[in-house]
Amino acid sequence: MHPFSKGSDQMSRFKSAFLCFFLLFSASESLSSCQDIVRVSEEFTEALLLRPLPDRKVLAHFHFQSTAPPSRTYGRHHHLFPKSIYQLVHKFKVREMELSFTQGSWNYERWGGYDPISNSNAKPPGVELWADFDVPQHQVEDSWKNLTHALSGLFCASINFLEQSTSYSAPQWSFQSFSGKLRYGTLPREAVCTENLTPWLKLLPCRDKAGLSSLMDRPSIYRSYYHSQRLHLRSDEFDTSKTSTGIVLEQTLTVVLQPNTFSGKISQPSWSLSSLFGRKVGGKCSLSNSSNVYVQFEQSLVSKVKELREKMESSKNEILIHEGLENNPLFELSLPPKRIIKEVENLKKDGSILYEFSVEDYDESELFDLGLSWKVPVFWSCQQAPLHISRFLLGSGNERGAIAISMKSTESNNVEKAGHDDKECWLRVGIFQVVPWYVKVYYHTLEVFLDGESQHTVDNVEKIHVSPSEDKVSPGVMEIILRLPCSVSTAALTLEFDKGFLHIDEYPPDANQGFDIPSAVVRFNNFLTNISFDDNSVKRVPILSKLEENIPVLSYTEVLLVPLTTPDFSMPYNVITITCTVFALYFGSLLNALRRRVGEEERLLRDKAAKKMGPLMLMLSKLSAKLRRKQWEPPKPSSSQKSVINYKLILKVLLVAGIAFAWQYYFQ
Amino acid sequence: MAEAEQVVKPKPRPIIRIGLFLISHSLFVSVICCTAGIVALLLLPALAKNTYISENALMPGSASPMLSKNDASEGHNFVNGILNLDSETTKTGIEIPELIAKHIVELGGEVNYHKFQPVSNKFHPLHFFLGPDAGVIQENYSCSSYGINTVGIIRAPRGDGKEAIVMVTPYNSVKITTGQALSLGAAYSVFSLLSRVTWLAKDIIWLAADSKHGEYAAVAAWLRDYNTLSFGDLNLYPEMCGVSTSASRKKSQVKQDTISDGFRRAGTMAAALVIKVADTSTEFEKDVLNIYAEASNGQMPNLDLINVVNYLAVHGQGLQVRVEKIWSLLDSWWLNSLGELIELLGKVATSLNPQGRFGIPVADYVEGSVTLASSLYNQALGVPTGPHGAFRDYQVDAITMEISPKFYSTERVLFLLRVGRLVEGVIRSVNNLLEKFHQSFFLYLLTSPNRFVSVGVYMIAFALLIAPLPLVAAALFSDASKTKLGKDKVPLKPAPHGESIPTFTSWKWLYAAKTVLVVHLWGAVVTLLPNFLYQIPNSSPSTNLLIWIPLSMLSLFFTYVLSGSFSFFSTSQPQRREWALLKSVTVAAAFIGLCLMSVINFATAEIGALLLVPMCLTAVPLRHDLKVNTMRALIRGACNMLLVFVGFPPIAFLLLKGASDGFGNVRFGDFWNWAETLWAWNSATYIYICMVHLPCWVLCIHTLLHQC
Repeated sequence: MHPFSKGSDQMSRFKSAFLCFFLLFSASESLSSCQDIVRVSEEFTEALLLRPLPDRKVLAHFHFQSTAPPSRTYGRHHHLFPKSIYQLVHKFKVREMELSFTQGSWNYERWGGYDPISNSNAKPPGVELWADFDVPQHQVEDSWKNLTHALSGLFCASINFLEQSTSYSAPQWSFQSFSGKLRYGTLPREAVCTENLTPWLKLLPCRDKAGLSSLMDRPSIYRSYYHSQRLHLRSDEFDTSKTSTGIVLEQTLTVVLQPNTFSGKISQPSWSLSSLFGRKVGGKCSLSNSSNVYVQFEQSLVSKVKELREKMESSKNEILIHEGLENNPLFELSLPPKRIIKEVENLKKDGSILYEFSVEDYDESELFDLGLSWKVPVFWSCQQAPLHISRFLLGSGNERGAIAISMKSTESNNVEKAGHDDKECWLRVGIFQVVPWYVKVYYHTLEVFLDGESQHTVDNVEKIHVSPSEDKVSPGVMEIILRLPCSVSTAALTLEFDKGFLHIDEYPPDANQGFDIPSAVVRFNNFLTNISFDDNSVKRVPILSKLEENIPVLSYTEVLLVPLTTPDFSMPYNVITITCTVFALYFGSLLNALRRRVGEEERLLRDKAAKKMGPLMLMLSKLSAKLRRKQWEPPKPSSSQKSVINYKLILKVLLVAGIAFAWQYYFQ
Repeated sequence: MAEAEQVVKPKPRPIIRIGLFLISHSLFVSVICCTAGIVALLLLPALAKNTYISENALMPGSASPMLSKNDASEGHNFVNGILNLDSETTKTGIEIPELIAKHIVELGGEVNYHKFQPVSNKFHPLHFFLGPDAGVIQENYSCSSYGINTVGIIRAPRGDGKEAIVMVTPYNSVKITTGQALSLGAAYSVFSLLSRVTWLAKDIIWLAADSKHGEYAAVAAWLRDYNTLSFGDLNLYPEMCGVSTSASRKKSQVKQDTISDGFRRAGTMAAALVIKVADTSTEFEKDVLNIYAEASNGQMPNLDLINVVNYLAVHGQGLQVRVEKIWSLLDSWWLNSLGELIELLGKVATSLNPQGRFGIPVADYVEGSVTLASSLYNQALGVPTGPHGAFRDYQVDAITMEISPKFYSTERVLFLLRVGRLVEGVIRSVNNLLEKFHQSFFLYLLTSPNRFVSVGVYMIAFALLIAPLPLVAAALFSDASKTKLGKDKVPLKPAPHGESIPTFTSWKWLYAAKTVLVVHLWGAVVTLLPNFLYQIPNSSPSTNLLIWIPLSMLSLFFTYVLSGSFSFFSTSQPQRREWALLKSVTVAAAFIGLCLMSVINFATAEIGALLLVPMCLTAVPLRHDLKVNTMRALIRGACNMLLVFVGFPPIAFLLLKGASDGFGNVRFGDFWNWAETLWAWNSATYIYICMVHLPCWVLCIHTLLHQC
């Protein structure tokens, strides 16, 4: 064991040196013994990982990590750690939380679905938030609601809409936590823009003024094919055990960019940081402990390189011993890497390679601008998740439909890795699906198809949990684990639904667009992904230790757009008119029937006949009489007079019409 | 005074009095209403309004087109490639899909092949009004009979993949014409542009539909699979009749995405454009764009879609836009003189009120009415006028744009540029839409590409036409009741109030209603007869028609015998005035039938009303006319004969066809063919003809032949 007093002395003398020292050895030290002596401090690291993608695009993954030691030992005042997050954690007792703002959908087929980066950073479009609380069960809802409002203010987004009970759900076992204190909600329609990025950047100690975050040129980021900013928070502040590590705030921004080069349609484009982002890095953020740029080449690309090299060797008859950068037949990096980190290779395949570059040596006078140029056109494919998932709607019309989730085998050999049983190989697929209440899913209609044949559902469902939706109260949640044979090539799952009716004030402003069904989360149980490096020193770099962590393989499905019956909002006038007419007719006839007295009417008629009427009344009554029973009325002495009066009336009407016409003609 | 003398009678309420007045003057009212209805119909072209873009989000033409000459020349190369392929000898039918797929993959799009079988057009009596059927009978087809659609998809950058815009180019994979190749080229150049642009918010689907089995069938098959859990979802096309081998070959060549990896989808469709290039070059000085919009059962796409296309074609690309017309009517003297009359009236009206603009020049009027007639006829037919009709079945707005180029071999690049920019502009407009099309009209008739008659206006003509029906029914009913009451005394005017009729006579109408019901049931039998006629092998249309008509008559006879309520031959004294009641119920049934039809397909109801209303209203027993033996009665009898002759559906059809195509070309079997298209396309017009029009016609004949 190392004497700790010496370590603290070092720290008092030279802080940064200590940090390296501590990080180097902390892994081997037992933390329980050191926690009373070691005065851990806040840390901030930044890193950027770049990876060429098979479809001529480049993945840029920014990774910032801030840690704050537990306030029990460290106190409440921080130098680096954002105060707002600290307060958030303490106020709402958040154990773990993840918030992501995403625009675009991750293309699992082309950009990969198995590696750690795509699994942790491919997020559904819009906003996704889940949080696990460390509060008693009855306070979880309150904490969630308060948290959504706080985050809404913090990130200038309408996260507060997740407060309504119709928009979030409490998954039972689809997420890591089994505590029942986890809440999950998505806003698929949230538009993500720079107003969300700016508050996110404010959490960084250097903002975007220095360091790697200065690369974040807004136009280039928002011109990308996919961008997802993520904030992941883990705290064990409230754990009573002594091994607490405090709060870890991980901020990532994942961008898929298309380099602006006209390199033809087939070959990979060459790029540099300045061509991708339009900026260069002028040194690191001085507050960060490490500031590295990594370029990752995937395993299939690495094996391509090897193949190519072997070919060259055999053709040139010379043996290249050194696997350096200089003789790479495929690509060329504009700067020499600080070191090359290799993934531990297993029997079947080569591991991926990371080239590490440090920004620390650069400053404003010498800007860091990494470039990659390809020598030969090359094609490779990304590592795929065992199944490719797509979700779509079936049926047409406004009445009913069905949701289908189709799974196609990607024929990757990952499947064999996870087959536990020797005799029977099963693929366990967990699906977590939240459906808004106005899409009334009939869960009993769940049907599973394997290789085109309808299967008995019970045989293929290992575990299922359904909480049906309640109108205007809660969404429908389905958690299901399917057990599919490993040899399956396609599987499909269908659920029928009825489309509900909404109340007029429940429609959103753009109701005619349709309504969104949020992405389903498909998790491949038994599949864990990581990149393990043979170099132990990577442990102190957060981004690399993150890659080394085992994380579950999951993919998000597409958001679905369900057209519902929508009233014609532009016609309230018509509705009012029709309603009023109906009411008037109804009440009119009702009142008429109620107050009518036949005997009284007859008496009135007799009275009227007896009385002398004025000329106008006489005329009107004559006219009405004519209207009523002209046909069988025997000719009377008054009939000639009546007709005369009628001619007079017609004359008068004509006169009035003539005056009106003249008026119209002369005064227009 | 009247009131003083008849104090025992309670005074009816005004609304009832008006009703009674109208009923008592039903003859006059019906003549006025029918005339007004026909006049209103003839006035429709003059009442048409200019179209306008109702949805602000569309913003057509606000962005300058991005399609460059480069894209167009790439499209031209593509066209040449396809035409070269076609001239090659060896053919397996999938060279063109392969070529398209290769190009789409190069552009960075996703591709899949969609294999489909032609669905035979069978008469399914129960499939009317049902949605497009999901269950397609799997039959054994040989490999060559499969059609192969090629579907390319561009995912919008930063798009959430919820919505898509569809671009359809039908082509015949067996023998591709230059026009079809040009339409593929135009679509390709647009597609290649869209694969680069950053403004895309909705995914783009390019469906190169194999029209080997008909354009509609290909598109409908793809749409059916898009909206169901299709074969491509469930199985990964194990053998594609030659495609599988070539796909694997491609995999090794391009080494990118696998091509035929099941069925690909891209969210809810916002709109669809069918792009066609006509082969025949026309005599006009500009390129002509023909817009076809009618889908099944007279459904139309949202007017905004037509507006956008029209606006961009006229103002953006300088094309001449046209919708279908009935050309033979264009030079008819009566239409021209009517136009002159309306122009004159319009001038008078304008001189009286200079602010109102009622006038319409003769040429415009004739053009408008010819287009209107075509629009009305196409809607009434209920048969889609192009592959866009398949989309309407899934509530997707779609139109067919058929472009007839003026110059053909030369300046193809320019032509592609123009068409490409038009398509790009339309797609960009639709892409701007946040909501689906809902702002503008769905119920309208076009009188020219930029003028339309909305439902509020054209309803008037129909309402005026059918308004006399209930009045006449009521008048006849009360008349007949009155006769019963007063035995032999026949008053000229019926009783204005029904309260005084004794109860035992009021049941008389039930016999008439029974007759009408039985005849309508017979109509249902006639509707179903073709189903059995299809069992006869190798029969020509005219023989089929010849069997159909006697079979119908036979079944009518049997129905009469079975119902046993009455016959033509036995007359007893109480049945002498029966015809009035029968006519009353017939008229009521016709009214109900027309009203129902107007909800389903307005144009059918309108044309049907033109034929049915005069026939039903004038029907009076011929013997009655002969007995009276006045000039008026004789004219009425002649009119009746004429109307009944014209009202028989086959004769009406043959007369119309003769009038438009010349009587030399009309063959007897044509009606069968026409009826066949109606039921093959699930048109409600067929049901209307057999179950409303035909029974009413039979009942009118029955009335005419009634003994009295």
